[in-house]
Parts: sequence; structure tokens; C-alpha cells
Amino acid sequence: MATSEHIIEHTSLSTLRSEHSHLTFENVSFGFFVYLMTDLVLFASLFAVYAVLHNNIAAGPSGHQIFNYPLVLTETLLLLTSSFTCGLTILSLNKRHKKQVYINLAITFLLGLGFLTIELSEFRHLVMIGDSWRRSGFLSSFFVLVGTHGLHILIGLSWMVFLAYRMFKTGFSRANIRRFTIFSLFWHFLDIIWIFIFTIVYLMGAVKL
Amino acid sequence: MKSKVYQAPSHPIGNFKNYVIGYVSSIVITLIAYFSATRHIFTRNTIIYLISALAIIQFIIQIVYFLHLFHENKPRYRLFVFILMLSIVLIIVIGTIWIMNNLNQNTSLANQIKYMNNQGGGF
Repeated sequence: MATSEHIIEHTSLSTLRSEHSHLTFENVSFGFFVYLMTDLVLFASLFAVYAVLHNNIAAGPSGHQIFNYPLVLTETLLLLTSSFTCGLTILSLNKRHKKQVYINLAITFLLGLGFLTIELSEFRHLVMIGDSWRRSGFLSSFFVLVGTHGLHILIGLSWMVFLAYRMFKTGFSRANIRRFTIFSLFWHFLDIIWIFIFTIVYLMGAVKL
Repeated sequence: MKSKVYQAPSHPIGNFKNYVIGYVSSIVITLIAYFSATRHIFTRNTIIYLISALAIIQFIIQIVYFLHLFHENKPRYRLFVFILMLSIVLIIVIGTIWIMNNLNQNTSLANQIKYMNNQGGGF
């Protein structure tokens, strides 16, 4: 009787412990998901600002006059592909295949870097020809909305460098698997935000002639 | 015993097939939206409805195949948070557009002239 009780107590403790170590990963992943949802609200308010101001061009250029559509499509496809390769990174992480993790992470990084380079060169071009955020309400809200997304991409890029460093230092540790999984949530989320920037800012701008 | 221990929602994991489905359909939808918007094949209103619908479809596809929101185990906390945030987002965006359009109309010059005429004064 005493031994069976002891065994029950022991097993319950060990399950608690294993669940506890399991819990930290689940809690962090869930908490990060909640953060992403609040980030969604931030972007929603910027979209609302854009929706209100996009007609206030103050005798300046409107959307279809300044957007370079082939470049925007390239950006979109780059980001979409990097979101896909980010998913592949997680798959190779689950298979514990270190070389594949590095390769997929590097591809994701380069695609993201290409996206940001195109975006910044477009911003630079607009500022050079005098259509900066000071030009009109439309351009202010455009730069803030697209720029905030670009800032998130920049954070994601530095995060990827950090992830590669952690993978090099400690390999497939529990903490690293958690970091990679959380990062993949962040990167997929940025691609989802870009769908709406692409549709509402760029494509709607092309239609309203 | 399991009911006493707090269990956070398990992290959903995808597989290769899901990522490929999500990726290929997203590319197809992006290209359809891009070319229908830039080539002006349809009328203006048709294009606006079409690309809005395509954006929502692509949004759902990426939520399902990339974020695995609906692959979650039973206490679906992620889904609850997602639905709550989505309603907040809709309230912010639709509410802002509604109020600001109303404000634009009511403070337009034509409306102010009408208001003054109703007061019996005019300029």
C-alpha cells in the first residue's frame, strides 16, 4: 500500500516536472502569439490612418504616379518565398538536420534582405524626387505604414543573425528550438501584413485612376 | 490529475505538403490580383471587389497553412485571441473610415452653405 502510494506520488511528480519543462515552451509560444495579435492592432490603426488620408494628395502625386509596379510585385514574391523557406527551416529543425537549417535560414535571410533593399531604394528614390513624407497627407501615411512594416523586417533580419549564432553555439537545445519556432511565427505574420499593404496601398492605388 | 495542471495550448506544427500548398496558392492569388489590377481588364468596381476578396482568401490560406491556427489542439486559446483581435481590428478600421467620411461630408463647403441657408441667413 505504502509502496504503491509512493509510486503514484513519484509518477505524478515526474509528470509535473516534464510538463513544467514542456510548459515553458508552450507558454512562450502562446505569449508571443498574443504579442503578434497586438502588433496586428498597431498595423490596423496605421491602415485606418492610410484609409482616411490616402485621398489628401495636396496637389502632389497620387499612388499610381509614384509606385513602380514590377518592383512591388518582385518585393511581394521575395517576401512570400522567404516566408515559405522560413517554414522549411522549421521542418529541418524538427528533423534535427543542422546543415539544412543553416541553408534554409540563409535563403530566408537573403530574400528578406532583397525585399528590404528594394523597399529602401524605392523610399530613397521618392525622397530624391521630392515626394517625401513632408509632401502630403497621403505620402505621410504611406511612409509610416510601409516604413513600420520595413522596420519589422529589419528586426527580423537581425533576429535571424542572432538565431544562426545561437545554433552555432548550442545546437538543437530546447531554448533554440523555442527561439526558431517563435521567429517563424513573426516572419509568417509579416508576410500576412504585407498581403494587405500590397492589396490596399499598391493595387487599390493602381485601380483608382 | 491532468485536469488540475494548467496546460497551455500546444504549439501546432506543419508539414512539407501544407507549406507547399500555402506557398503555391499564395503565388497564384498574388499574380491574379496583380494582373487584374494593373491591366484594367475589368471595370473599376469589379477589380476592387476582386482584389479585396483575393486578399481575404490569401489571408485565410496563410493563417491555415503557415501559422497553423486551425491545427491547434482542443483548448483553442490561439483561435479565441485571434477572433478577439480580428473584431478589434474591424472596429478600428471600419469605425475610423465611417466616422471620418461622415466628418468629411458634414464639414464640406456645400453642406455648410446648405446649413446656413436653412438658418435663413446665407452669407
